[in-house]
Amino acid sequence: MNRHYLPLIATIVVFVTLFAVGGGMYKNFLTTRVLGNILADNSFIIIAALGATFVILSGGIDLSVGSMIGFVGVSMAVLDRAGWHPMASALLLIVFGMAFGALQGWIIDFCEIQPFIVTLAGLFLLRGACFMVTLDAVPLRHEFVREFAAAKIPLPGNGVLRSSALVMLGSLMIAVAIAHLTRFGTAVYAIGGDRESARLMGVNIRRTTIQIYALGGTYSALAGVVYALYTSSGYPLAGSTLELSAIAAVVLGGTLLTGGVGFVLGSLFGGMILGLISTLILFNGSLNSAWIMISSGVLLFAFIVMHRFLVGTFNLRGTA
Amino acid sequence: MTTGTPTAPLIEMREIRKAYPGVLALDDVSLDFYPGEVHALLGENGAGKSTMIKILTGALRRDAGAVLLAGKPTDFASTAAAQAMGISPVYQEVNLIPAMSVLKNLTLEKAPTRWGMVSWRGARAMAEAKLARLGLTLDIDKPVGSYSLAIQQLVAIARALDDTTRMLVLDEPTASLDASEVAALFDILRDLRARGIAIVFITHFLNQVYEISDRITVLRNGQRVGTGLVGEISRQDLITMMIGRELSEVEAVARVRDTAGGAPVMTAGGVGRKRTLAPFDLTLRAGEAVGLAGLLGSGRTELAKLLFGAIRRDSGTLTLGGTDIRATSPRHSLAHGVAFCPEDRKTEGLVGELTIRENIVLSMQAKQGWLRRVRYRDQLRIADDMIRALGIATPDGEKQVSQLSGGNQQKVVLARALASSPKVLILDEPTRGIDVGAHADILTLIRKLCDRGLALLVASSELDEIVATSDRVAVLRDRAMIGELVGAGITRDTIIGMIAGDDGG
Repeated sequence: MNRHYLPLIATIVVFVTLFAVGGGMYKNFLTTRVLGNILADNSFIIIAALGATFVILSGGIDLSVGSMIGFVGVSMAVLDRAGWHPMASALLLIVFGMAFGALQGWIIDFCEIQPFIVTLAGLFLLRGACFMVTLDAVPLRHEFVREFAAAKIPLPGNGVLRSSALVMLGSLMIAVAIAHLTRFGTAVYAIGGDRESARLMGVNIRRTTIQIYALGGTYSALAGVVYALYTSSGYPLAGSTLELSAIAAVVLGGTLLTGGVGFVLGSLFGGMILGLISTLILFNGSLNSAWIMISSGVLLFAFIVMHRFLVGTFNLRGTA
Repeated sequence: MTTGTPTAPLIEMREIRKAYPGVLALDDVSLDFYPGEVHALLGENGAGKSTMIKILTGALRRDAGAVLLAGKPTDFASTAAAQAMGISPVYQEVNLIPAMSVLKNLTLEKAPTRWGMVSWRGARAMAEAKLARLGLTLDIDKPVGSYSLAIQQLVAIARALDDTTRMLVLDEPTASLDASEVAALFDILRDLRARGIAIVFITHFLNQVYEISDRITVLRNGQRVGTGLVGEISRQDLITMMIGRELSEVEAVARVRDTAGGAPVMTAGGVGRKRTLAPFDLTLRAGEAVGLAGLLGSGRTELAKLLFGAIRRDSGTLTLGGTDIRATSPRHSLAHGVAFCPEDRKTEGLVGELTIRENIVLSMQAKQGWLRRVRYRDQLRIADDMIRALGIATPDGEKQVSQLSGGNQQKVVLARALASSPKVLILDEPTRGIDVGAHADILTLIRKLCDRGLALLVASSELDEIVATSDRVAVLRDRAMIGELVGAGITRDTIIGMIAGDDGG
């Protein structure tokens, strides 16, 4: 078996263990209903994490994710007030997300600036833009929003897959296909593995970098659309620090922050682990919700240490 | 081994020029490469070999000149563009993605696609075919990093080759291979040559040059020294071409070999390090200059760094002024009065953004500890003294070092080493990349320092420079010291003879 699956397997094991622990602690926890809710409640984080996975696999980082989610939300709400169909505004904003990401990617490569700084600028810029669009929470009143929220597929047991979860699973399949069935996907791994070698092996670094951040922007914007439809409102502060949750989901999912090693599928489980922790603590009822952050932090620490160990022991990056 | 006179060159490089800030890397170099021929490119570090092939393979843009492919002018904007024209490079360090599978490494950017989707079945077939071309059988799903460097090197070559390959460029492909691996690689190269592929082969192992090449070109200081068929150039001639430049009159410093050398200052007994340099004995005496002669890769720089402590020795003893030094480190060596001017002054020697004064004071400051600041007035005085003593061309000590010419930068390196008033001064390639006038200045300076009672060790790829400055010469070959020459025994011919002796490969 390929040793590169080890971090992914560790993630899945942790997820299953946490879920089983929850089942042992609370009645009605080990059900499709809880699973369906975790998928739906965390769908936007996971969607954002899918895009962030490509960025991190390439050795970069995207901090503009949360602001993009906020900006897309308020823009959809304002366009909704102006009479746009949510699908139309969603499409427009996803195209915007792609273009904004592409611009960030171009700046990163053309000006040879660290992605951290470029996307930090993106974070400020988009958050500022949110407040330019509106200062208040604006509801989305279109009929479609209610229809979207109501759409669901029943699962065995009495759980349901909500529409946001379905969008997330669809995005996941597309992301997996991009990562493993396209030349672009291989190029992302190559750049993250060794950028200079990738260049000498004929990878077009500029084009690929632009595509990586465009993909990240697209997924962030889609996450914003799902978030807006799910909460049926746009709020200029929405999505603050979500970029960090997305990065956490990617890391919990077994992707190395140094790039080159990881799987898109891992980010699904990484995001679900984050969701599972908050569900576990909310189920308890008596625990302060601060424990959600604290346990997420502890788990993240544990994972990074474990990665370090796996990378060292199994030489995952292959640098002998 | 020559394949007769080929009709037309596949690639003609015409008067290629490439300059970096402060250095002319290639000075109107012209080269022809013929199909079905192995063309060895030789030269010391900084001779321009790597720059030449980077331009050839589209990894660098030339400043002037022309590249003709099968007679037609071409201009490769990228490595991908060159590869599309059938020019496949394998660069010095194995350039693969270690964490990725052999399959993905072999087919990166080349895998067949259908509707934008990679056909992994097609890619597997392609990878297997590439490996079969070299007679390799590997588990292609394992990460490349899990294989030995030799296998990785072969995978890199397999990746570079396909049916449209017309030229294979190999930069030091054998540096990390053992003898049997080299033999296997050469079998593959002979097979490729027989198929009419032009092969460019950069190496510094002379045995390998004579074993595999048809044609040899020697570069030095960005210029072509000579080209010829392998049968026409003897080993002696080749070594002479690589390191035996005649000094011009300005540079040939008059020299009296009267000193038998004073008291021993530094004594190395059996100092060495595995896979770096075989154990050697060497004594440096006050008022004596010892030259280190040898080809690139013979261990010149390594010997210098072992003595200075920049490379940690794993055997032998080192005494300095009578005291035993156990753990050597650059800091200790400086504290004991050993100064070192490294080969590459840009990356190891000078801080380009700092001024002349700041660079000169740096080592003094390090010696007396960072808390005891050298007074500004003293800094000015020392810098001015040095500028005058070494003849550094600058209005004052406040000029940025990066704005100086190569020769003056080298003088600042020397000034800095001297400012810490050392007893032993180790110079690695003190005259690389500087013009003739400055060259003569530096050589005169070396003699002057010697006369003042300093013990000097000078490593150089310029043979005549060694002959002109040294009282004693240590000759190196294949990472071992093979002998010492003294006094009248120091001539170009004796040194070349020793190096050529029998080359171990």
